[in-house]
Amino acid sequence: MRAIITVVGHDTVGILSKVSTECAENNVNVMEVTQSILSDLFCMIMLVDVTNLKKPFGEFSDLLGELGEKENLNIRIMREDLFNSMHRI
Amino acid sequence: MINTKDILETIEMIDNENLDVRTVTMGISLFDCACADIDKSCQKIYDKITTKAENLVKVCHEIEKEFGIPIINKRISVTPIALLVSASGGDPVKYALTLQKAADKTGVDFIGGYSALVQKGATPGDLALINSIPEALAQTENICSSVNLASTKAGINMDAVEKMGHIIKETAILTKDKNCIGAAKLVVFCNAPEDNPFMAGAFHGPGEGDSVINVGVSGPGVVRAALSKHKDADFSRLAEIIKTTAFKITKMGQLVALEASKRLNVPFGIVDLSLAPTPAIGDSVAHILEEMGLESCGAHGTTAALAILNDSVKKGGVMASGHVGGLSGAFIPVSEDAGMIDAVESGTLSIEKLEAMTSVCSVGLDMIVIPGDTPDDIISAIIADEAAIGMINSKTTAVRVIPAIGKSVGDSLHFGGLLGYAPVTKLNSASPLKFINRKGRIPAPLNSLKN
Repeated sequence: MRAIITVVGHDTVGILSKVSTECAENNVNVMEVTQSILSDLFCMIMLVDVTNLKKPFGEFSDLLGELGEKENLNIRIMREDLFNSMHRI
Repeated sequence: MINTKDILETIEMIDNENLDVRTVTMGISLFDCACADIDKSCQKIYDKITTKAENLVKVCHEIEKEFGIPIINKRISVTPIALLVSASGGDPVKYALTLQKAADKTGVDFIGGYSALVQKGATPGDLALINSIPEALAQTENICSSVNLASTKAGINMDAVEKMGHIIKETAILTKDKNCIGAAKLVVFCNAPEDNPFMAGAFHGPGEGDSVINVGVSGPGVVRAALSKHKDADFSRLAEIIKTTAFKITKMGQLVALEASKRLNVPFGIVDLSLAPTPAIGDSVAHILEEMGLESCGAHGTTAALAILNDSVKKGGVMASGHVGGLSGAFIPVSEDAGMIDAVESGTLSIEKLEAMTSVCSVGLDMIVIPGDTPDDIISAIIADEAAIGMINSKTTAVRVIPAIGKSVGDSLHFGGLLGYAPVTKLNSASPLKFINRKGRIPAPLNSLKN
């Protein structure tokens, strides 16, 4: 199962490393990363594989949310199916 | 990987435009709970609902977490209770209290189905249930009631129309200490759909299977935001933008419906393609109509704007879902829509205009607060007018009016939460008493020679 992690906010040093570490510690494989600056906002999107995720999806989602709060960023994870469903016929 | 723009657009819809799944509703048949002894019947109902829907709330929370989509309400609809009253006899309020107990146990927001289908005539069980509605809604918090009293095939049961005028008033009186909230949980229908996931009118129709998952989507804010980016679009383009947006919203609803169905091991029923507003800023159907170019909802042109919106939502949504049903269309509940509230308060939106709007939108006169001293026959006449629109046009129409006991034009009623608040709406006070007191049935209409 694949999911999309989005990180939106002001750019901070080491954010890619911090999110990647969280992923690695929970056995989540990062498959692809893109980042861009949109209207002064840093925006990173990661495609990850959560098939072998160590803990329930909800708990991992909460962990990322907490990391986001600590770093003053909006970090969330959503299953890839949602985007495929909404944006593809 | 998926287009970055699409990902960010989805997040924008959720964070800033109030995109959500309004309800996941589990329909449960209670036919196998019917006993000649009402207490046994109640026990069976409690056991069945609490077993079938044991994990409904939990599963919805899991889906919310995984997909990042808020699911606002988790609900249950059941077989019209009047059918069980017909088998068991006894005091129907016992069923309402049993449903409340089941709602408490399962943690759902509402259970709908304290209902009777009397479009052609009423059985003793139907009448017992209807008579018990005020008491049942006063003694419960999370139970909703509905009565279908007309259809295109049967005509309008004017005996039921006359009776419901009294029942609605009495329901408001019995809950006058709680802002007449009972009447907000009671709706009367013409052509009621049997798979509607929305309250107060949800019930699990007699033609449905043992259990089913129906999902109601929302998203007025998303449609308004999409239109705001195309200020000068002509009507063809306007319709296209609404269709595209409705498609995306509905695909999201379909995904949630299939996921809930799989995890709960309950068949998927339908997605209800609805634009259901909330009192939150940016979640208003009225504001979509204003975005189209009306100075205020209720202005001349409102009915045409609503017709475009309603039709385009259906066209966009129908391709996005395997099975579409329920009420499907734009809702115009006054107290639940910030733009409608403003329009009523400023005097641009009258009950007559709302009635015209119901001829092209998905439901009917919804969440309208009326003066507390409104004669019962005027409430009945409002119902008769609305049922006539539904009957003649082969569509669902409904009336959910709340007599504000002790209040008059200039006052308002505050329900709180999703039900919002509304000013008391002025009604035409000329008496329809003799008309309503004729009783009997209005014959079913001719379905040809359409002019």
